[in-house]
Amino acid sequence: MAQQSATPAATTAAPPSATPAGGTPVPLASIPPASAYAPPGAFPPEPLGFYTDTSVCIGCKACEVACKNWNGLSSRNGGVNTLSGDSYDNTRRLDGQHWRHVKFIEQFSEDRTNGRWLMMSDVCKHCVQAGCLEVCPTGAIMRTEYDTVVIQADVCNGCRDCIGACPFGVIDINPVNNTAMKCTLCYDRLHRGMEPACAQACPTASIQFGPIAELKQRAQARLEQLKSQPRPESRPEPRLYGADESFLGGLNAFYLLDDEPEVYGLPNHPALPSQHLPANVGLAAVGAVGVGLLGLLGLRKRRMDEFAAEARAEQISDRGATDPGMTLGSDEEAPHA
Amino acid sequence: MDRVVLSRRGFLRLSAGGAALGGLAALGVDLRPAIVRAQALRLQNAKPYPSVCPYCAVGCDTVVWSANDQIVNVEGDLRSPINHGNLCPKGAAIYQLHVNPNRVTDVLYRAPGGDSWQKIDLDKALDMVADRVKKTRDATFVEKSDDGKTQMSSLEIFSLGGATIDNEWNHLQQKLLRGLGIVAIENQARI
Amino acid sequence: MRLGRGAATTYPGSLVHSDAILIEGSNMAECHPVAFRWVMQAKLRQPNPATIMHADPRFTRTTAMADIHAPIRAGTDIAFLGGIINHVLNSKRWYDEPFFQEYVKTYTNAATLINPDFKDTEDLEGVFSGLGPYKEGKWGLNGFIGQYVSKTWQYAGTAVGEAGRSAATAQSGEQGVQSGQPGAAQQPVSGKPPYDDLVKSLVPPPATTDPTLQNPMSVFQLLKKHYSRYTPEMVANITGCPQDQFVRVADTMLNNSGPDKTSAICYAVGWTQHTYGPQMIGTAALLQLLLGNMGRPGGGIVALRGHATIQGSTDVPTLYHSIHGYMAAPSILKNHETVADYLKTETLATGYWANTPKFFVSYLKSVYGDAATADNDWGYAWHPRITGDHSHMPMMIAMAEGRVKGMFAVGQNPAVGGQNAGFQRKALANLDWLVVKDNFETETASFWYRSPEIQNGELSPESIKTEVFFFPSAQVGEMEGTFTNTQRLIKFHHKAADPPGDARSDMWFTYHLGKRLKQLYAGSKEPRDQGFLNMTWDYEPDPEEVANWRIKDEPSALKVIREINGFVTGKPDQHLAGFAALKADGSTTCASWIYSGMYPKPGIENLRAASRNPAPKTAKLNGKELTGAELSWGFAWPANRRALYNRASAKPDGTPWSEAKAWVWWDPNMPDPTTGKPGQWTGLDVPDFALAKAPSAKAKPGATGLDALSGTDPFIMKADGKGWLFAASGLVDGPFPTHYEPIESPAPNLLYPKQQSSPVLKRWDIDGNPRAQPADPQFPYVLTTYRLTEHHLSGVMSRWLPWLAELQPELFAEISPELAAEKGVGNTEYVRISTPRGQIVAKALVTRRMQPLTVNGKTLHHVGLPWHFGYQGVVTGDVTNNLALMVGDPNVTIHEGKAFVCNLEKA
Repeated sequence: MAQQSATPAATTAAPPSATPAGGTPVPLASIPPASAYAPPGAFPPEPLGFYTDTSVCIGCKACEVACKNWNGLSSRNGGVNTLSGDSYDNTRRLDGQHWRHVKFIEQFSEDRTNGRWLMMSDVCKHCVQAGCLEVCPTGAIMRTEYDTVVIQADVCNGCRDCIGACPFGVIDINPVNNTAMKCTLCYDRLHRGMEPACAQACPTASIQFGPIAELKQRAQARLEQLKSQPRPESRPEPRLYGADESFLGGLNAFYLLDDEPEVYGLPNHPALPSQHLPANVGLAAVGAVGVGLLGLLGLRKRRMDEFAAEARAEQISDRGATDPGMTLGSDEEAPHA
Repeated sequence: MDRVVLSRRGFLRLSAGGAALGGLAALGVDLRPAIVRAQALRLQNAKPYPSVCPYCAVGCDTVVWSANDQIVNVEGDLRSPINHGNLCPKGAAIYQLHVNPNRVTDVLYRAPGGDSWQKIDLDKALDMVADRVKKTRDATFVEKSDDGKTQMSSLEIFSLGGATIDNEWNHLQQKLLRGLGIVAIENQARI
Repeated sequence: MRLGRGAATTYPGSLVHSDAILIEGSNMAECHPVAFRWVMQAKLRQPNPATIMHADPRFTRTTAMADIHAPIRAGTDIAFLGGIINHVLNSKRWYDEPFFQEYVKTYTNAATLINPDFKDTEDLEGVFSGLGPYKEGKWGLNGFIGQYVSKTWQYAGTAVGEAGRSAATAQSGEQGVQSGQPGAAQQPVSGKPPYDDLVKSLVPPPATTDPTLQNPMSVFQLLKKHYSRYTPEMVANITGCPQDQFVRVADTMLNNSGPDKTSAICYAVGWTQHTYGPQMIGTAALLQLLLGNMGRPGGGIVALRGHATIQGSTDVPTLYHSIHGYMAAPSILKNHETVADYLKTETLATGYWANTPKFFVSYLKSVYGDAATADNDWGYAWHPRITGDHSHMPMMIAMAEGRVKGMFAVGQNPAVGGQNAGFQRKALANLDWLVVKDNFETETASFWYRSPEIQNGELSPESIKTEVFFFPSAQVGEMEGTFTNTQRLIKFHHKAADPPGDARSDMWFTYHLGKRLKQLYAGSKEPRDQGFLNMTWDYEPDPEEVANWRIKDEPSALKVIREINGFVTGKPDQHLAGFAALKADGSTTCASWIYSGMYPKPGIENLRAASRNPAPKTAKLNGKELTGAELSWGFAWPANRRALYNRASAKPDGTPWSEAKAWVWWDPNMPDPTTGKPGQWTGLDVPDFALAKAPSAKAKPGATGLDALSGTDPFIMKADGKGWLFAASGLVDGPFPTHYEPIESPAPNLLYPKQQSSPVLKRWDIDGNPRAQPADPQFPYVLTTYRLTEHHLSGVMSRWLPWLAELQPELFAEISPELAAEKGVGNTEYVRISTPRGQIVAKALVTRRMQPLTVNGKTLHHVGLPWHFGYQGVVTGDVTNNLALMVGDPNVTIHEGKAFVCNLEKA
């Protein structure tokens, strides 16, 4: 098994150092071997996760689609959708088919002298103390060797307990196989030495993947840089969210936020269900945010039941006929939990 | 010829007995199953082919994985100095541009005044187009302009498109048309 | 047109070296997100982060990342950029910093004297000298409302020509001036290959200069005068941009340009789609020349093109006005009767275009093969001539008039993408036959049963006599071929699988159509058919090329590339190593001189467009190893140069302006590889200059080609080797960019009240294409159209994909809360947007990202509409382009899609 560091390619600005080509081009037209893109070995076991720097997110949604592409996720209603009116967010929420969700927050003063358009790619937080894992009756939810939290579809019985247990509203039933689903941090790719699809696709390195310890250092440096820049007095300080152990033992997908967590629809004090605190952000109070905020944050409060109903109505047929290698219950190596 | 009729909802559908044409366009259903595991298995016997994103002109490098003549995955090329593995949402969706039940895979023909598509044979369709090109060209060809200059062209056939298509097609299309004397050739690049 | 090549001067990756980046006429983060990664890296650079600026009517995802937002009214960019030019020319820094003086005096035509009869717009209230009426020829659809006789725009005592990237309408001969050689001495010449005496006969006298820049007829003084009234107040009144925001942008550009700093400008179709689009880009080029940013790392102009090979389809032109490599298409409107006539008309005797005879003869050899001989004038008499403007809009008008019988729409969807799309769809109904080739059943393919005109009863399927063929297409992973991206980089993509069913590559379609036509014409004795019968057409695949695939008759992409690259006539295995190998005597066969070198030897392993080695070029400077461009990743035309005009990255003496901005420099000790003599240009890129020409080399009087240029003339495609602050030829609407209003505008032209819009634009006053008058009270809002990240073009490649469809599922109109309140419209409620061409319905997206501007003392609202929607696909919506006007810029006939006027009401 190849030992390799989990430095995400998205953050390496400089091309790999290699033998200088000089002025003479070196043709390399032959098709490279698979190992050039998917090394045969897995990442060594250590806590891995996401650091999402929301201050550089351009809201392109490449993460949403790259996730769907790799994980073979369908679209709600086969792609037929309505305009939410909530800025450019038509995905609306995380659920069983949407494991990444880009949020858009418009903050503009009436005279436009003070204006921001915040964007943030939301995802499962892979909590160190995970409520979903705690309540799962079948043992379908496991903690992996990378300290991530993964739902095994073939063990899940669709009981929905985990849905209510998640303080972030991440999990929902996928209407295609009727099991609870969410981000796996591309567990299967990690076993191939490939970084998660969303992080690889992200053009601005807003989503960074790597060992948690290294990510925290990077996030701290960026935070200090941001804090050193001038900002209007009325504007809340940038901060890290979930990068320490102040709640849920820490988040393996943590954030750099440029405002209060509530502005991004994140609970200020998320807690485990066993602690009898609000079960999810949707029921948590969302504070009044920003001056003249037009984004209809209320939409985010809408829970997924109505959407789940829509999704269940989907007609799926001929599944997999054009899609080799994508069948349920295949023999991927068993997770060594 | 299979007859294709318009459904009440106006979507393209085959009448009874025909194979699915346009797939599930009416429902817009995405055929890909949702699973959590084993995606990496797709790559097990697949071969990576260096490719380029077909959307905008940034020209992001991609890798198209295929096995048994089926495309199984498309993602950004990590080695690329253009995009270092990054893609935008369109680039990330290239797989679905290929594997998509809404794709038409038959040649369709609509007769003058007709109210439906008909499926026709590829070779026959090409024969018919060649015949139309020749007839129109021959009927409208001008050898000399009014002031006696060499003109050698027909202005009554128009070719539109090219900026989304390989350079090699652009070369063949302009060569064939100019070879025939057809000069109204145009694509999206008007500047 | 001011620099010599129709291409981005630099590449997005170079933006990491920028100290300031002005994005204008582009929503880069949304439309080119992955190129935007370089902007973000420059912004996050520590220390010395770059300042990012966005000048745009809307607050977009690009603005969200910008340090400065300059809100401007759509279509007023020349006023804005002209204001920056005026600000620069009135600044202390520009005169105190020797860099600017040295760069501008040496590398631009600032010192050149212009014909004393030249009159500026400042003298003639908004027009240049030489304006007169336009007379239409037989074709009748050129559409100009006027034309310039531009003799007075020329250099004093001589004339300088422009080729290659001069106005399409000048290349075509629609306008009687401005392209090709400008009418130098006409002593008798033999007109025989290799045409050396012909080229020699065209050498013009040298230009007169005033190195002090003080002569009132010097380009510099004319320039200063031309922009002298573009003051911050004037800019604010015209554009609606608050003065302080404008000044911040101007100062940021100025302060971040210099020997150790560079600023870049990124634009896209927000600049091109205007009746003065090329002039808008020209203003940016002019500014970047003044600031010394051209040819330097992190400097220059990044053109962000929107289609995978829109650069390639211009280089390998499926365009009426040019043949390969930016040569003018033979035209009955010019003296193009024989090859010698063509060459006399088109060849510039000085600069690299002096090689035009080699390019042209090698091109004719690629068309007619062995049948093209010196004796039959290379078969040129068979080559078709154009007769006028045969571009998109005039052809659709001709179609509406019943003058077009057949049409191919291949990967383009005019039923949605065409201007005044309703007019264009109705025109389709006049065709005898229509061939559509695409991946999905497009709106163009289905116009006869699904269009709004069918829905509203204006047309019925029975009434439409058009035969329609739909051929399904292969997609990029299902065929081999190359794309040329926005940085001129040609890259090959491999075939990974066969396309399904009867879907075929577009190349397959055209190749097999050609084979059938060859059969149909076989044996014809008609003179008109002889050219076609002699046209070479053999791209049969070698067995190993198709061995792995189901489709066995796919034409060989490599054979097509070989023909584009060129080979020794009669020896197809001897590929040309580059355009330097071309000959004008028929001994070389090469379709595209600019692409020559991409395939120097047979075998895919030698196809440089397929090379994927990411190692960058490195070079030592003062003992320090520096890293440059990735020269082995694909192949960039010309000659694999990544940043153009890069001679200008060094001082006139050949040393870098600064270590921080070193790119290409003269190494007096490095031996020239061919001669062994010491002295060569080297650095981090392929030098865009004669490799062994020393900085001290003098121009040779009376010489042709590059010998006519000195060692300090970086713009080698220009006849005088200079960057053009003043375009003496090449443009049909004036040597300096001038502020005009869009043809549909709510505002008067404050700079030139007597000249509202361009005096020479193209318009077609025909039924079905009505337009609003200036400040028309019925249409008080500025309408601008654009793309979203989540969709592509007319939606064919995105609205059929569920993953993308769900992300932006419906058409919306972005309006400010102020306008929404005026109209009583709530967020997501339906609104009706109307123009004289028609009306559509969209949901209102009410947002403070839209901002009312104060223009000329009045409040002005913008309405923003994406144009991706149509009546086919997983998600559908009204066609935004139903609203647009068919009107054309006079240089290239591009439409004005980014600024017109509308009304909006609650639906």
